[in-house]
Amino acid sequence: MARPQTRPLSPHLTIWKWGPHMALSILHRATGVGLAVVGALGLVWWLTAAASGAEYYAFFLKQATSWYGYVVMIGITWAFFQHMFSGLRHFVLDIGAGYELKTNKSWSLVVPVLSIFTTAAIWLSIFSGKL
Amino acid sequence: MGSGTGIGRVRGLGSAKSGTHHWINQRVTAVGNLLLVLWLIISILQLPALDYVAVTTWLAKSWVAVPMMLMIVSVFYHLRLGLQVVVEDYVHEDGTKFATFLLLNFYAIGGAALGIFAIAKIAFTGAAS
Repeated sequence: MARPQTRPLSPHLTIWKWGPHMALSILHRATGVGLAVVGALGLVWWLTAAASGAEYYAFFLKQATSWYGYVVMIGITWAFFQHMFSGLRHFVLDIGAGYELKTNKSWSLVVPVLSIFTTAAIWLSIFSGKL
Repeated sequence: MGSGTGIGRVRGLGSAKSGTHHWINQRVTAVGNLLLVLWLIISILQLPALDYVAVTTWLAKSWVAVPMMLMIVSVFYHLRLGLQVVVEDYVHEDGTKFATFLLLNFYAIGGAALGIFAIAKIAFTGAAS
């Protein structure tokens, strides 16, 4: 239905100055959707491949250990830890804590650092173990 | 409308009809995912190899197959609830929204069933040599 032009709209996304909490919020949603599609399908593919026999599992493993396989797995790892640390922040917000401007900003900045650090630590240990 | 109390008349009749149940279950499955996915990541990192025999032998153990099935349920329940909110925010046309929810339910239940069946098959038929 057409909205009467005379009625004002509530200020929306475009007018706000971007802050870390906004970036974190949309990252939570983006990583959530990514995990829900790529992560969940990857997980089920891995399980069904293992249930389908040695030959098909070898094909799966070949895809997973190709360069694009590693790109997807590193991406899923980062998305998981970003969503996880961001989710832990949401638990704190859910109990009504962490809304003070400075506290909120600090934790919004800490979350992506933690997710990148954890992802890097895991994959560096995997690659260093392999080499 | 009955002649009950004010709260009795409005309870459950907000624009969303329900909400806290969705919200609470989103948190419950979030805790489930937190524990179970971390368990999966730590377990995979500790496996000596990720080839067919190593993975199926590992998956066939009951203390691996059961948490793995629980993880599938928790993950797919959580993603169904989460994607529902995303759809509600961006899909406004009633028909499209209905169709998207239909697809989302098929995806979540179908994906979870496929995952659980794969785990059960490995667990019950034993690790193939």
